[in-house]
Amino acid sequence: MTNSSAVLNQKSFYEEGNTKAKSGLAAWIFSTDHKRIGLMYLSAIAIFFSVAAIIGIFMRLELISTGKDLMDAQTYNTLFTLHGVIMIFLFIIPGIPAVFGNFFLPLQLGARDVSFPRLNLFSFWIYITGAILVLLSLVLPGGPIDTGWTFYIPYSVRSGTNISLAIFAAFVLGFSSILTGINFITTVHRLRAPGMSWFKMPLFVWATYATAWIQIIATPVIAITIVLVIIERLFGVGIFDPSLGGDPILYQHLFWIYSHPAVYIMILPAMGVVSEIIPTFARRTIFGYKAIAISSLAIAFVGYLVWAHHMFTSGMSDTARWIFSLLTFLVALPSGVKVFNWVATMYKGSIDPKPPFLWVMNFIFLFSIGGLTGLVLGSLVTDVHLHDTYFVVAHFHYVMFGGTGTIFFAALYYWFPKIFGKMYNIKTANIGVALFFVAFNLLYFPKFILGYMGMPRRYYDFLPEFESLQFVSTVGSWLMLITLILIIWNLMHGILRGRKSESNPWGGVTLEWHTSSPPPLENFKVIPEVKHEPYDFSQLEDMKND
Amino acid sequence: MTDSNHIIESAADNHIHRDDIGAKMGMWLFLFTEILLFGGLFLVYAVYRFQYPDQFHIAGMDLSTAIGTINTIILLTSSLTVALSITALQKQNKSLSIIMLSLTISLAILFMINKYFEWSGKFSAGIYPGSEDLLSRHNGEILFFGLYFVMTGLHALHVLVGIVLLSIILGMVVNKKITYDYTVKLENSGLYWHLVDLIWIFLFPLFYLIQ
Repeated sequence: MTNSSAVLNQKSFYEEGNTKAKSGLAAWIFSTDHKRIGLMYLSAIAIFFSVAAIIGIFMRLELISTGKDLMDAQTYNTLFTLHGVIMIFLFIIPGIPAVFGNFFLPLQLGARDVSFPRLNLFSFWIYITGAILVLLSLVLPGGPIDTGWTFYIPYSVRSGTNISLAIFAAFVLGFSSILTGINFITTVHRLRAPGMSWFKMPLFVWATYATAWIQIIATPVIAITIVLVIIERLFGVGIFDPSLGGDPILYQHLFWIYSHPAVYIMILPAMGVVSEIIPTFARRTIFGYKAIAISSLAIAFVGYLVWAHHMFTSGMSDTARWIFSLLTFLVALPSGVKVFNWVATMYKGSIDPKPPFLWVMNFIFLFSIGGLTGLVLGSLVTDVHLHDTYFVVAHFHYVMFGGTGTIFFAALYYWFPKIFGKMYNIKTANIGVALFFVAFNLLYFPKFILGYMGMPRRYYDFLPEFESLQFVSTVGSWLMLITLILIIWNLMHGILRGRKSESNPWGGVTLEWHTSSPPPLENFKVIPEVKHEPYDFSQLEDMKND
Repeated sequence: MTDSNHIIESAADNHIHRDDIGAKMGMWLFLFTEILLFGGLFLVYAVYRFQYPDQFHIAGMDLSTAIGTINTIILLTSSLTVALSITALQKQNKSLSIIMLSLTISLAILFMINKYFEWSGKFSAGIYPGSEDLLSRHNGEILFFGLYFVMTGLHALHVLVGIVLLSIILGMVVNKKITYDYTVKLENSGLYWHLVDLIWIFLFPLFYLIQ
């Protein structure tokens, strides 16, 4: 714990790097400092998110009325594929772990860096390489891919577009994800500050740890599946080709063995952030600490066994469908445990409704809708009707954008003063949260009804009876665009012109708040010794006196 | 795992920290992902073997058990030599370590030479993905050879990576970048090499011994 006079003399990690170059681009792209790497991920991810969001706006524009409005069907196929590929592989999978995991895992553990700093930088460069390959697949002859982000066989073998390159990019990105996972697991095992036993770790660390396990357990399976598809395209080995004895359904199994756990890679870290924000703004220790910590591991474990619920209509035995449906219901339990514990934490707390907390409220509402509609899709009877309709699209966006996306903003707004040492405009931030709530529901809720009425996903045209709801949804997309611009502008303005923030504006007690903001190069002057439970707010007075 | 004695922080101000247990843990996790990578292929193999047991049996007749056995012996021996190389260095016998490591690399190259002759034999017999001869056979046989080329091919790729890796490590031992009191890089490379060996131990019976 640093004393205040030392804080004044201490240089932040912006002013002092560990590269040969003292400033400029080289001081960043060759830096092994986990904080700089986290920020580099943040800038890359912000760009990809904006691109994919704009693609989404164009898709909504095409769907404003029946018939062809803006683009032909093939262009629309390309756009929804790109929207999915960029959002999933470049934004939401790396999202919270790569940005906030990198920045805050060592800080919350009381470590100077991750276990393998150079590997960490390497992971970032692999990520960038993968992103460049994705971009190359857009411009090279052959044209951008049009299979949807799931690359289903047989179309992904037959399509003449740049599938091989695009999925090789996904392979490369997966490699980055694996290496980050290995790094985080080792860091959690080896670099906890003295006194920090497993059950004294902050819950964000627990969530990131569970995520890292999924990353290394699930990602190799998609890697080999992708390799098989590329081999299939190049050599026609026949593993997924029925005319040569292969089985296209096997592709779906292998794909979802990764891609279902991948949705927990996306949501678990977000749940970790929620578990950080709620105690801080309720001024109360988290309710059910162990239950939340262990439910992260439970989600990681059970989530590995539910993949075939994406394939209820693909042709499986009834026994298999029944079992996978049951397991899907089981995975809702640990998620429910978390939500109830969060709400219980707020009970009788002294709640301070600052923007990060409001984002979390948004999350709980939207994620609950997303989670409960997930059960509708997990039940066999209803899924057969709703499969491949807008209902699935709505569910997915409520969980991923309403869940992880919302929390990405919550995390930005929560840790902003820690990362930048400055403060954004609180009032504008509050307006942003409120607008986001309206825009989000306007944009996605009609899709539930449309899906229920039978509107299939991935169509660039629709029947006249869907027109009014499609129109509402498109209007929602405009409001969402405005909201996103406002939210991001507020942050940018905060970075450039924001007033200086105090070191611990929210009164957080986890270890990242025990050092100066922004933190110095090696995080702590002296590695802190952990004597308290992670959310013990009685230490707040001591921290002020320190 | 919190034994902090193994974390040696240097007295220098830039806190270069060394954590051998952490490094090994990272390596084991990486090997775990490698096993899952091949696990996907073993799963595919299991599905098709179950679906076409007879045709897998017939197709397996075309593979040479002799070459497979020789390569198995070569890889097992190379696993021994890499282990000896580690022990030799830990006992401060640097020259023996270098000899054993060179032997490992030579055996790996020998494995690849064998593989080259085996595959080119198959190609000249008209067995390669998409060949007319292969396409005229039953589906099960097509899949068997498809998997044969994919799985042993991916394994061979790992052998190639191993050759490069072990050569770099050899250079580091020669240049005293790796010394008896800091062998973790050598040990990790050895672990990788054992994994390459281990995967072969499963590939060998699945392809060469099911006749």
